[in-house]
Amino acid sequence: MTLLHTVNKSPFESNTFDICLGYAKDGSTVLLIEDGVYAATTGHKVAEKIKNASGVTFAVLGPDLQARGLENKLADGIKVVDYEGFVKLVAEHDSVQSWL
Amino acid sequence: MKFSIQINEGPYQHQASDTAYQFTKAAIAAGHEIFRIFFYHDGVNNATRLAVPPQDDRNISAQWTALAKENNLDMVVCIAAAQRRGLMDADEAKRQGLDANNIAEGFRISGLGQLIEAGIESDRLVVFGA
Amino acid sequence: MSVKKFMYVNRKAPYGTVYALESLEVVLIGAAFDQDVSLAFIGDGVYELTKGQNTKAIGQKNFSPTYAALGDYEVNKIYVEKESLEERGLTLDDLQHLVWEDEDEDYAEKDSIRLVSRAELADVMAEQEIILSF
Repeated sequence: MTLLHTVNKSPFESNTFDICLGYAKDGSTVLLIEDGVYAATTGHKVAEKIKNASGVTFAVLGPDLQARGLENKLADGIKVVDYEGFVKLVAEHDSVQSWL
Repeated sequence: MKFSIQINEGPYQHQASDTAYQFTKAAIAAGHEIFRIFFYHDGVNNATRLAVPPQDDRNISAQWTALAKENNLDMVVCIAAAQRRGLMDADEAKRQGLDANNIAEGFRISGLGQLIEAGIESDRLVVFGA
Repeated sequence: MSVKKFMYVNRKAPYGTVYALESLEVVLIGAAFDQDVSLAFIGDGVYELTKGQNTKAIGQKNFSPTYAALGDYEVNKIYVEKESLEERGLTLDDLQHLVWEDEDEDYAEKDSIRLVSRAELADVMAEQEIILSF
C-alpha cells in the first residue's frame, strides 16, 4: 500500500517535516501544503534532506507557494500541483496521513 | 471515488478550512463523490450563522453553506465538540434550555459515529487541521 | 459492514491543547464499530500516556484513567514510538500499564502497549486504510 503524507507546518517552526520523513517509505509521496511549502524552497538544510530522501516523491501545492511569494525559490525536483493535483494524489495513493 | 473530509480547525484561525474547501471543490469538479464533511474540535465553528467577516474577504461559513447547497453535501458537526464550544441548532438549544441557536444552513449536528461511518463507507478520508 | 484498518495518530501532549482528549473520545465511540483499530503515540503524544497525572490545580478534568479502559473496548493495539520516549527521557515505566483480556486465552491479561521503533511504526502505518490525525 502506498501512502500520501501531507505536511502543513514550516520546517523551521516545528519538527513535523522531519518526523514525516521518518515515516515516508520508498514509493510514498510527501505533499507540502499551507505553511509546509517553506520546506520546498532552496538555500537551507531542509533542501538537503529532501534531496537525500531519494525513494520518496515530493510535491508542493502551487497555490500555497504563490500565496507566500515563493515561486522563484522552489527547489529542484519538487512537483508543483494545484488542488486538482492534490485530489489526484489522494486518489492514486491507498491512504492519506495528514501530519498535523 | 467516495471521499470524506475531516476539518479540525475553525474559520480564519488556521488555513485548514480554506484548504479543505478548495480540495472539496476540486474533488467535485473531478467527478468524485463527497460522502461526508465532518467538523471536529474547533472545526465546529465553521458552522456559525453569525459570522460577519469584512466584505472584501471570504465568508468561510457562507462558502460552505453555498457549496453544500449546490452539491447536496452532507456536512456534519460533532455534537460533543459543538456542545463544548456553544454551537447550537434549534432543537439542541431547546433541549438544553438555551435562549438562542447559531448554526448555519446546510450543517447538521450529529455524533462521532458519523465520522467513523464516513471512514468505513468512503474510499478515502482526508483530514485537514493544524 | 466491512472491517477496515483504522489508525488514530496522537502527537500532542495532554492539557495544553484539547486534541488528546477529543481524539480519545473518537476512539471510544469508534470502538462500537468493530473495526481493526490501532493507536499510535508519536512525539509529544507519548506524554498522553504518562502515569501520575494530577490536574486539580489547573482546573481541568483528568482524563488519563480512560486509557486504562481501552482494553475493555477491545482497543488493544497501542503503538508507542521508542525514539519519542527516548528523546524525552522516558521509559515504558513512566507510562500507564495498559492491558487487555484475551477471551481466546481464558481472559489472560496481556499488554496493550507495543513499543516500536519509528521504522516499525512506519510499516504499520503503511498498512492502514483510514488514518485519523488530531
